[in-house]
Amino acid sequence: MGHGHRRGHRGRGPGGVPPRTDGERTLVLPGEEIDVRGLQPGPGTYRVEGRTYASVLGLLSRRPPVVRVIPLSGRYLPKPQDIVVGTVTDVQTTFWLLDIAAPRWAPLHMTGTPWKIDVGELGQYLRVGDTVVVAIESIDPTGRIGVTMLGDDLGKVDGGTVVTISPAKVPRVIGRSGSMIQMLSAETGCRIAVGQNGRIWVDGPADGMVRVREALRLIEEEGQRSGLTERVAGYLGSTRDPNDARGPIPTPTRPPFEPPSPLDPGDEPDDGDDEVGPAPF
Amino acid sequence: MGSVGAKEVPVLLSPDGKRIDGRQLDELRSMRIVAGALHQADGSAFVEWGANKVMAAVYGPREVHPRHLQQNNKAIVQCKYNMAAFSVDERKRPGLDRRSQEISKVIAEAFESVIFVEEFPRTSIDIYIEVLQANAGTRCAGVVAASVALADAGIPMVDLLPAVAVGKVAGQIALDLKKEEDNFGEADLPMALVPQSGRLVLLQMEGHMTAEELSKSLDLGVVGCRAIYEKMKQALRDRYQLGGPAEGASA
Repeated sequence: MGHGHRRGHRGRGPGGVPPRTDGERTLVLPGEEIDVRGLQPGPGTYRVEGRTYASVLGLLSRRPPVVRVIPLSGRYLPKPQDIVVGTVTDVQTTFWLLDIAAPRWAPLHMTGTPWKIDVGELGQYLRVGDTVVVAIESIDPTGRIGVTMLGDDLGKVDGGTVVTISPAKVPRVIGRSGSMIQMLSAETGCRIAVGQNGRIWVDGPADGMVRVREALRLIEEEGQRSGLTERVAGYLGSTRDPNDARGPIPTPTRPPFEPPSPLDPGDEPDDGDDEVGPAPF
Repeated sequence: MGSVGAKEVPVLLSPDGKRIDGRQLDELRSMRIVAGALHQADGSAFVEWGANKVMAAVYGPREVHPRHLQQNNKAIVQCKYNMAAFSVDERKRPGLDRRSQEISKVIAEAFESVIFVEEFPRTSIDIYIEVLQANAGTRCAGVVAASVALADAGIPMVDLLPAVAVGKVAGQIALDLKKEEDNFGEADLPMALVPQSGRLVLLQMEGHMTAEELSKSLDLGVVGCRAIYEKMKQALRDRYQLGGPAEGASA
């Protein structure tokens, strides 16, 4: 068996089915014991009396010096420099509150916008229900999420619609070097802003928006299987306007995903490129 | 045994040790669990246990409303257990009643002991348990459903929380009471176990038992909980291993 994962249920009761491996990544559940193999226990784990257990449902990941569990579910957990799509839920005297699909709302201060606003005038710029694209600036020790609208490609968006997917699937929506999102945008004629929080703003011709929505649903539900790019291209091609005279949809070729072998010292650390978050399963 | 009011008391235990539905004293009812049954909730689970049908939905961690309930250093856990009007023989009047409030409180406290609430200060983890069909042990079915729903929602926990009601029928300790056994038996003991530590985080009793019977009940309950634990894990594996909607673990 893959990593030689030690049975986590020895002597603990009936059964003792070892966790199954999913393409070299083991699925673990809260309470399942983890064989740390000398690594430091990281996020998604906890220790009791010298033994380490998973705390969330997710994929076990061993990247020295840390062993962690990558959650397969759960709300978006903000990280500085992430770009997210949010909705205004409250207007206060000097700031707005944004719902960014995280455990807490994020305050956007009036100084974090490109507008010159007087105190009390905030409602003239952003109202409850408006959609904005913002960047996470900081997360302070009490958990307060600082966001800003100052920056390229940030700001209020008008029109269009927001589609919600699981944050874990966002890397698949972007694709390697943005290939998937570029294909979606080019094929449908829609402008698309992908938030790391799983909120995706889409605007364009009505039929294009329908196709984007369906393609995103495909990615969310089947993203873990191989050949996703081809299947999405296939869907887009089959739903093209009959008068569309463009050639076949280019699907960028890329080497097949090769899971690290069990003897690897470990994957390279995240270098902050497009595919942040869990690696494709 | 004779009659109780207008109803006749059923034979709860036959001479050859079989219960009213043919089960052995230490036998669980059949159980089916489907993780992720609801797409809108952050996490959800549907449990069929004997004739019980229970749905649980989890939202959170999310902002607390009303604000004054929030805790600076941790998430609060709120639970609303409710029985649908059609879930029982005699229509249950809709709305909060004392029993639902008690069960809600007891379940919220059980989960508070296993959820890593310190990871999400100033938020609330909201658990909704809806009983669609009731046949004794609904609070245990609710705990099982809510536990799977919490894992489905990605909430960090010490462990899943299997739960079961042990009881005394016709003088014998029996596992997983059904409706007639609960109504006409001598004691009912719902409990929830943290398998990782072997500790109980929910334990209530109605009825009469000796200390020795209690001890025997706890042992039997722990064995029952461990069996249920495996089914809960299987339901989650079914959902996440293939990534699609789950078929659920069958009994």
